[in-house]
Order: sequence, then structure tokens, then C-alpha cells
Amino acid sequence: MFVPVLLASSAVGAITAILALLISVTDKIVNNYGEVTIDINGGKRQLKVKGGAPLLFSLAEVGIYVPSACGGRGSCGACKVKVTSDVGPHLPTELPYMSKEDTAANVRLSCQIKLKKDIAIQIPDALFNIKRYKGTVERIRNVTHDIKEVYIRLEEPKEIDFLAGQYVQLMVPPYDKIKEPTERAYSMSSRPSDRNHVELLIRLVRGGIVTTYVHTRMKEGEAVTVTGPFGEFHVRETGAIMLCVAGGSGMAPFKSIFYDMLEKGKTDREVWYFFGARTKKDLFYLEELKQIEAQWPSFHFIAALSEPQPEDDWKGETGLITQVLEKYLTTQIDRTKPIEGYLCGSPGMLDACIAVMKKFQVPPDKIYFDKFA
Amino acid sequence: MSPQIAPLSLFFASIFTSNILLANFLGMCSFISISKDFDSSNGLGLAVTVVLTITGVVNWAVLHYILYPLGLYYLRFIVFIIVIAAVVQILEMVIDRLSPALYMTLGIFLPLITVNCAIMGAVLFIEIRNYSLLQSAVFSLGSGLGWWLAIASLAAIRKKVDKAPVPAGLKGPGITLITIGFMAMAFIGFSGMLKVQ
Repeated sequence: MFVPVLLASSAVGAITAILALLISVTDKIVNNYGEVTIDINGGKRQLKVKGGAPLLFSLAEVGIYVPSACGGRGSCGACKVKVTSDVGPHLPTELPYMSKEDTAANVRLSCQIKLKKDIAIQIPDALFNIKRYKGTVERIRNVTHDIKEVYIRLEEPKEIDFLAGQYVQLMVPPYDKIKEPTERAYSMSSRPSDRNHVELLIRLVRGGIVTTYVHTRMKEGEAVTVTGPFGEFHVRETGAIMLCVAGGSGMAPFKSIFYDMLEKGKTDREVWYFFGARTKKDLFYLEELKQIEAQWPSFHFIAALSEPQPEDDWKGETGLITQVLEKYLTTQIDRTKPIEGYLCGSPGMLDACIAVMKKFQVPPDKIYFDKFA
Repeated sequence: MSPQIAPLSLFFASIFTSNILLANFLGMCSFISISKDFDSSNGLGLAVTVVLTITGVVNWAVLHYILYPLGLYYLRFIVFIIVIAAVVQILEMVIDRLSPALYMTLGIFLPLITVNCAIMGAVLFIEIRNYSLLQSAVFSLGSGLGWWLAIASLAAIRKKVDKAPVPAGLKGPGITLITIGFMAMAFIGFSGMLKVQ
């Protein structure tokens, strides 16, 4: 009775064991990629990393942070990297994020590329400068009813090197129904010379994971993580008139830019700064801007309210920011001189203002903005 | 005793006259779902052929050298399935390494080869019909190639049907099933030429 039962189970057991052994041996051979070399920008840097992991994570491990909003799940399309060696055709998970030009240039999503052999990539030099900073919230201040100014002291590393106008990604811990740490991009409003702080202006967005956290939970003294600096939004060193348009927390990069220019004595440039808001309670930093105007003769600040309330007692410009922009371009601004556009705000405001600028012959490649969708 | 069929006849019979898909109707689910894309059909066809050939031979050996001598014939189903699963597992790792694009397009259908009826079916035919080792090898290779031929043909036809004015209610799976019906009739047309049991 016992013998056949024992025989049956040991036979199946033995067959299974042999097959399992075969599978593990194959796994050791097939999934062992050894050490692979990442060649960055034609030999500028050579990194040796363990193979098998996605490119995005392998780069992060050695301190190169390619921007990624979704954390490597292939759902944001931000972590694009140009690959100059052969890594096979684009994967179906990459294609939705690739334009025709991207596909032709072999631009890839670095979170989808598994490192299987030596690889050569090209990334902007600025990415070498991107670090992950541990810091502490030093001060939180309400600047309007829905915008908070968050001032963060950097601790590890202690100093950041950035161009006025660039942004960082702020990470907040899991809370309530949010199960994973979440990162969102915010422009820095602090001056580049204040190297051991970053300041962010964060406006409460209904349903926003990070903004809700910042507005309802974040405390002074709390530890936070920021990664950066990112972005191509910074002042171009030309003599052109700067036509700046912002709304809401879009104030942030301009605060940084104007103070930076003041500090560096670049006050010979002509600047028109248009700031759009609904009512007077959405306006902020008016004192600061008045002081800048006093020290900088060719700096003009124009605030416009789209829905001024009777109690606002508003004597400034009214109407949509695009209407005010058109009015000044027609009557005040010398359009015989070269003009550059600098924009920061909601996608809708950006599109509308870009249209106005184009109408007044500002060249599209001279209109600068970072679109945060 | 193994049946008296020349290996070459068995090879061609398993591809054409008794095609595992279009005469025996085994392995339908991935046949229908993957055939919408020609390249992945080719990839899956190759994968099924490899798995079928290896498992046909290995399972024959297990049956004749382990199960029959030890009197464990009644364990054949579980053993066949374990062998198939192991081969698919190994194949999956190899494909992931060699062709990530194919790996991504096959997606869940690659591990699902484990329970592809065409494969278990062919293995059971080998056992029931009492094929010899050589016969098992050519039969499983032929069945795999037959499956590959059928899915590649269907993928090619579907590419053409995509551009045809198909009534709205028949678009997609509907017209595909009708297409398969015609293909099956065409393949059954071969059956008078050569019969294998």
C-alpha cells in the first residue's frame, strides 16, 4: 500500500526537481547580464553598473536623475533619453510617448530600457547637476488665500546650483489613500545666490495629491526631499525686451529671475511683467515688486484683475491678461526692438498668451515656458 | 506496437491533413487573439513550435522511461503539464533576453502557451496513438509548424479583411471566426490525401 504511493509522489517530485534545476540554471545564465558600461555624451562619462535593471534606475543609483514624474512606471513619458547604441526597436509601452522625430532619433523612455549590454546615451549636460536633496521645511507662509510660500533648508547635500527660473520636484510621503510617495514639479522662487535654500510657491489644486498635502499637513520642521534643478526656463543673455506673463503661482520663477538680475546688476534690460489674477485677494508680492520697480527704471509691473470686486477699490488694469497684453503691445512697448516672451502659468493661459505674442510677431522660438500639465 | 506510418507522411499529415488547429480545433484562444498582428503571430507560431517539439519528445521519454516502467501511467496528466510548464518558463526567459519587443507583444499569451490545448493535445495524441520516438518527434514538429502556418495565414488574411467593407456587427471576432471556418474547410479538403490516426 505504501510503496506505490511513495513511488508515485517521489517520481513526480524527482521530475519536478530536475525541471526546477534546469529552470534555475537557465535563469542564472539568461538573466545574468554582468557589468555593463553606460557611455554618456560620447565618452564624457563612463559608468559601470550591474546589468538587468531599467536605465532610469541604474542612472539614479549613480546620482544622475533623469526627470520622471511617475517613478518609472512608463505612464508619464518624461524620462526620455537619446540612445546612440543599438537597444532594439521601440517597445509598445514606449510608442505612445514618441513623436516622429523622437522615433527617428532613437529617443527612448529610460524606464523601459533594460540594461542588457553596453549602452551609449546622450543627455543634456545639465542633468549631471541634478541631485536629490534632503531638507527641512524652515518656514511656511500664506501669501494669498490659496498659495503657500514654502521655504526649505537643504541639508544633504547642502548647496544647490541652479539658473533662476528652473524647477525642482518635491516629494511628499504617503498619506490617507495615497499609498506611494508622490513627486510634483514646482518652480523655485528663491534666488540662486541663496544656495542652501529653495523656496516654492504652491497653490492649492482641488484633488492635487502634493498640493493638498502641502496645504493641509505639511509642518515647519518637517523633513522633505527635493530633486533638481530641471528645466529650460531661464533668462537668455540677449539685450531683447523681456515680455513676462504669469498667473497664480506662476509668480515663482519670475521672483527668482528678477531678484537674480537685480543682484547681478543687469538692470539695463527692459522688462514688462504682466500678472493676471481674478480679484485683489489673488494678488501678492506687490510691495516687493514696487521696490524692484524703484531700483530698476526699465522694469514695469502691470497687474490685471479679471473680476475686480467693488470692495477691491481697484484702479489698475482690468480684463483678461491677454487683453491687457495686447493693449500694452499696441500702445506702450517699442515693437521695433527684439522681444522675448517668458511665460509661467496654467496651460490655458500659456496657449492664449502665446497666441497673442505670435500675433505681434514675437518669434515662436523666442517664447520660453515650462509646461506643467 | 507503434502504428506503421512513414515519418515523412506523418510529418506532412500533421501539417496539412490533420492540422492541429484547423482539423482538430485545438489551441484556438491565442490563435484568434494574436492573429490580429502578423509579426507577433509569427513569433507565437515559432514559440509554439519550439515548445511543442521539445515537450512532445520529452514527454514521450518520460512516459516510456519513467511512467510505464514504474507503473505510474495514471500520473501522466500531471507530469505532462509540469514538463510543458517548465519548457514554457525556460522559453519565456530566453525570449525576454533575446527579443524584448516580441516579449512585450506576446504579453500574457507567452506564459499561456502552458495551457495551450494544441500542445497538451499533441502530447496526448502521441500517447494514445502509441507513436515511436521518431514518430513523436516528427508529429510534434509537424503539429507545431501546422499551428504556425495556420496562425500566420489567418494573420495575413485578417490584414486584408481589415480593409474590406465588413458589416459593422461582424467586425473583429465575428468575421475572424467566419474566416477560420473557411480556412478549416480548405484544410479539410486535404484530408482525403493522407489519413493518420
